[in-house]
Amino acid sequence: MTNKPTIDKQKLQQTALKVREHIVKMATDGGCFVGASLSAADLILYLYSEWLNVGNHNLNDPDRDYLFLSKGHDVPALYGTFVELRLMEKDRLKNHLSVDDNIYWHPNTKIPGIEFHSGSLGHLPSVAIGVAMDIKIRGGKNRVVCILGDGELNEGTCWEAVLVANAYKLDNLIFVVDRNQFQANLPTEELIPLEPLHDKFTAFGAAVKRIDGHDFDALHNAFSAYPFEKGKLNVVIADTVRGKGLPSIERRADRWFCNFTATEIDSLLKELHGEHLSQLTSETLVVR
Amino acid sequence: MTYEELLTRKATADDRFIVMTAENRALVRNIHAHLGNRFIDTGITEQTMIGAAAGLALRGRIPVVHALASFLTMRAFEFVRTDAGIPNLPIKLSSFIPGFLSDGNGPTHQAIEDIALMRGIPNMTVFAPADEDDLLKMLPDIWDLLAPSYVRINTQKSGYEHTAFELGKAEVVAEGTDVTILTYGLLFAQTLAAAEILKSEGLSVGLINMRSLKPVDEQAILKAAKSKLVVTVEDHFLTGGLYSIVAETLLTHQATANVLPFALNEKWFKPSLLPNVLQNEGFTGKQIAEKILGYTTSAVQQNIAVPQFSE
Repeated sequence: MTNKPTIDKQKLQQTALKVREHIVKMATDGGCFVGASLSAADLILYLYSEWLNVGNHNLNDPDRDYLFLSKGHDVPALYGTFVELRLMEKDRLKNHLSVDDNIYWHPNTKIPGIEFHSGSLGHLPSVAIGVAMDIKIRGGKNRVVCILGDGELNEGTCWEAVLVANAYKLDNLIFVVDRNQFQANLPTEELIPLEPLHDKFTAFGAAVKRIDGHDFDALHNAFSAYPFEKGKLNVVIADTVRGKGLPSIERRADRWFCNFTATEIDSLLKELHGEHLSQLTSETLVVR
Repeated sequence: MTYEELLTRKATADDRFIVMTAENRALVRNIHAHLGNRFIDTGITEQTMIGAAAGLALRGRIPVVHALASFLTMRAFEFVRTDAGIPNLPIKLSSFIPGFLSDGNGPTHQAIEDIALMRGIPNMTVFAPADEDDLLKMLPDIWDLLAPSYVRINTQKSGYEHTAFELGKAEVVAEGTDVTILTYGLLFAQTLAAAEILKSEGLSVGLINMRSLKPVDEQAILKAAKSKLVVTVEDHFLTGGLYSIVAETLLTHQATANVLPFALNEKWFKPSLLPNVLQNEGFTGKQIAEKILGYTTSAVQQNIAVPQFSE
């Protein structure tokens, strides 16, 4: 399979920076869910570049690995990754929110490489289950990853899905929780507390690993241990930071959906490269 | 031949078929032995079942899913609309005890908005067989259709032998100039009885078994509209069902008609065993005929069987 004995961490970090640049550039002229995209960027990049057996060579091959983006609004991180891995033309990102293309705030299958549309939370865990079940029925070796938001775990269907995955011993399925500590407007622990999250998944029958979702070595160690336990759903809780890479919006409840000005974008791109903090004056809490 | 025998035969011959249930096994109690791991029971999880069906369909499968009609169409509505409707996946919804068939269960189980909900979903097709014979004649074409389909499963026996099914076509049982009754599903047997009474009272009576509500047979409706009175009979809310379909069709074609609807208007029905439900709500053949006539007759209401299942 595609498991590699070592990863080039420095190269991944450089590519991740480029992915974040793409995300930031999409956060204007209508904006996008920039904070949730930045938190998921490293794990999406890691999965596509190091772990998943999927790419231009096998997008329609039934033996490919599958990735489902259930939280959905982090799709700019997926587009940025697709551009860097040559699954998508860079110029296409300029079509963000254009009626002449299909690049909008949630994923859709008009974009090659996107397996299923999302946007309504709590749907893709079950869709991923269906794919994983079929792979099991056919005796396939391919793997199915579903990325969930932590706020998304409020939805009961996520937990239904864990029960069913456990019942059907879907050890070819991995739920990855982008644990950025925020749901739309508030920290999760202030609204609907999730902790102890590891224990919750364990109690539901999953084999769980909790790691730093911005540390490529930690991601690599965790995914290299697949399957975590024979006959059990794999769960990776990736501790992340909403807005990761932009200290001026990191961990800020009011910087969820952002529509920055052109000047702010210039400043934020510099901030990504470690320069000064940006002075942000655009409206906050632009909730979509 | 039963529903389960037909499904077993189909799924055994065509390994694209996966039979799923959200622990509603009434229609598929024995199929596991034939299909092995192509029978999947997700437990009491209508939403997860539909999502998983979408995943299976992505892999080229044709899932035939089973749940009680009310939970399949309402609890899982968004999953049906979003995960089957948007991608136009061939997921086959077998809805158990729709309409009056939920008889004694009470309003939680009364799927009497299912036609309205399902036909509102782009790509979805909607079918309502009159009885078991009609069901078995319709299902092969429905299962072969590469689109999501909703079927009001009806395994009641009416004794009527239906014509061959043609997708999108209604079954014209009789043509008439005074009254034409349009109906679907379980109430077909009552409209058949009503038509007999009306005929014995000297009226020229048409009767149409709609079968397919989406796509709908517009020509059958337009032709029926030429009789002096059109009657729609359905175990569904007045809003969004056949009465609405007739209204939409007539308006589309700039036609009009004198229409008398039999439906549930802004109410759930009083739970009881099926014969009592029909009597209490005014849906027996005799009651339908006498409401149309405007007077009582000496006709004798035929015996109505109590459904042989419970869930």
